[in-house]
Amino acid sequence: MASKRKYRGIDQLSTRDKVVVSFMVIVPTLIVLWLVWLPAIGSVLLSFTNWDGIGPLSGIKSVGLQNYRDIATIYPPFWPAIQHNLIWLAVMFLVATPLGMLFAVLVDRGVAGTRFYQTSIYLPVVLSLALIGFIWQLIYSRDQGLINAITGGTTDWYGDPNVNLWAALVAASWRHAGYIMLLYLAGLKGVDPSLREAAKIDGASESQTFFKVVFPVMRPINIIVLVVTFIESLRAFDLVWVINKGRNGLELISTLVTQNVVGEASRIGFGSALATIMLLISSVLVFVYLRIAMKED
Amino acid sequence: MSVTVDPVEERSQALLKPREGGPQSGRRWLLPVMLTLISLIWLFPLLLALVNSFRDYAFTAKNGYVSWGGFTFDNYTNAWQQADFGLHFMNSAIITIPAVILTLFLSCCVAFVVARFSYRFNLALLGFFLAANLLPPQALLIPVYRMFRAIEVPLWISDSGTLLNSFVGLILVNMAFQIGFCAFVLSNYMKALPKELYESAVIDGASVSRQFFQITLPLCRPALAALAVLQTTWIYNEFFWATVLLQQGDKFPVTSSLNNLRGQFFTDNNLVAAGSMIVAIPTLVIFFVLQRHFVAGLTLGATKG
Repeated sequence: MASKRKYRGIDQLSTRDKVVVSFMVIVPTLIVLWLVWLPAIGSVLLSFTNWDGIGPLSGIKSVGLQNYRDIATIYPPFWPAIQHNLIWLAVMFLVATPLGMLFAVLVDRGVAGTRFYQTSIYLPVVLSLALIGFIWQLIYSRDQGLINAITGGTTDWYGDPNVNLWAALVAASWRHAGYIMLLYLAGLKGVDPSLREAAKIDGASESQTFFKVVFPVMRPINIIVLVVTFIESLRAFDLVWVINKGRNGLELISTLVTQNVVGEASRIGFGSALATIMLLISSVLVFVYLRIAMKED
Repeated sequence: MSVTVDPVEERSQALLKPREGGPQSGRRWLLPVMLTLISLIWLFPLLLALVNSFRDYAFTAKNGYVSWGGFTFDNYTNAWQQADFGLHFMNSAIITIPAVILTLFLSCCVAFVVARFSYRFNLALLGFFLAANLLPPQALLIPVYRMFRAIEVPLWISDSGTLLNSFVGLILVNMAFQIGFCAFVLSNYMKALPKELYESAVIDGASVSRQFFQITLPLCRPALAALAVLQTTWIYNEFFWATVLLQQGDKFPVTSSLNNLRGQFFTDNNLVAAGSMIVAIPTLVIFFVLQRHFVAGLTLGATKG
């Protein structure tokens, strides 16, 4: 009885404690509200207006869906950007992520030297994508690059709009596969070993064990990996920005938004409509992620 | 109730330790060969940059890249001077150190309240922070940029007179984006702490702030170490906000200043390689020295328990 009262008692707060607790929540909440949620709402609202970014905010007029219509019809880089984002996603989803998962499965089998293999594969994860753009320049550069030095070709891998997206994707996959390997490896270590034992006793082959036993129990981590892949593809920015600021074959929605704000022509309505599209897509992903990540609560 | 088991330690140990058993099939040599091949392919771009960063431009220009020789240390000294890395490393430190400390502190505050007290809005609160971490930053650029340009601050905070082009603004943005992830990881960690710990403290009349500083924070040291390593890497690597919110080149952190090494018409790739290596050094040091924490921090967020 006594312990019960004590236990209930630990949530009792004095007035001073209440002030402390409030501050502990309010300060971080205000920062995030101010710099993430308010801007998110701002982007959505601005996308329905004709604000040119110069006049006062009071001069704003609502233009309905005009910005969206304009983007789709008279803004040439929009459809290429959508296409590039989809290609980016497809490559990450179909190549880089499965590759990372495969690496995790191979590394997880625990042959001698695992530490070395693992370290080499996820080494690129600590580098920024901007830096990766510079490192791969040694391979892709037209006059001094390794590929052209070996093949004798003259392709400008970062400049030629027919190939630069693919060149960027190879570099991005290089990092992404390591990242996914790391996440997946953590998941694999968490699989109950007795499951594998049971499958082995039942005479399942190694690939059967993986696909029929291990893979299904890893459902939560599979979904997390999937969502991470989607979000990273949507956010892709640094790499193409250091290559050529997202022009000439490397347009992505993220770079278009940025160009519309910091570039010469600041078209706030356009930029906001593009931003809203990004927010819309990501909100679905965020929702899925939150459901998985917070499920146990 | 002992809390000597350290989940971070346990996790990184488990992750780095090979699984029992090993391959069953007869072709035992195949797997190591494949993995060695993959590892070498993965290391290749970095090794290429490393080797060429030590080579003379004139030599590689004459003999091509598929050659050996012409070693020099000049690229490093030139890159350091040309990109003014001394200044930019200083900028990176000015941005990264306060941002990491403040992010971790505020995340601890949120996580503590969420884990320690059972309020009805706890889950929503955590979602509010975590979701913020996942939104694409570019989608928020316009309002943030405009707000920062409009908000005037005293000159002693920023010599630009507004939050745009100021370190304070950049630190705030980095914090806003990282608090969610850290609060999420920390709250999971703190929830695992036994409630009984607080009981005696409450009986002794310890205030909430004393419980926070003297019970919770010391116990969270392993998780904090992991997150500190991870956040330092991330904020040091952060490129987007630094590039758009800082407009004077002399304020750029290291990552954004790499562009200084690219000429308008001509780029010396060996110089760029040396610059890249210089920029990569802090993260590589973190990687090799504090790998355990880095791995733990990254995977703590993705998998629970």
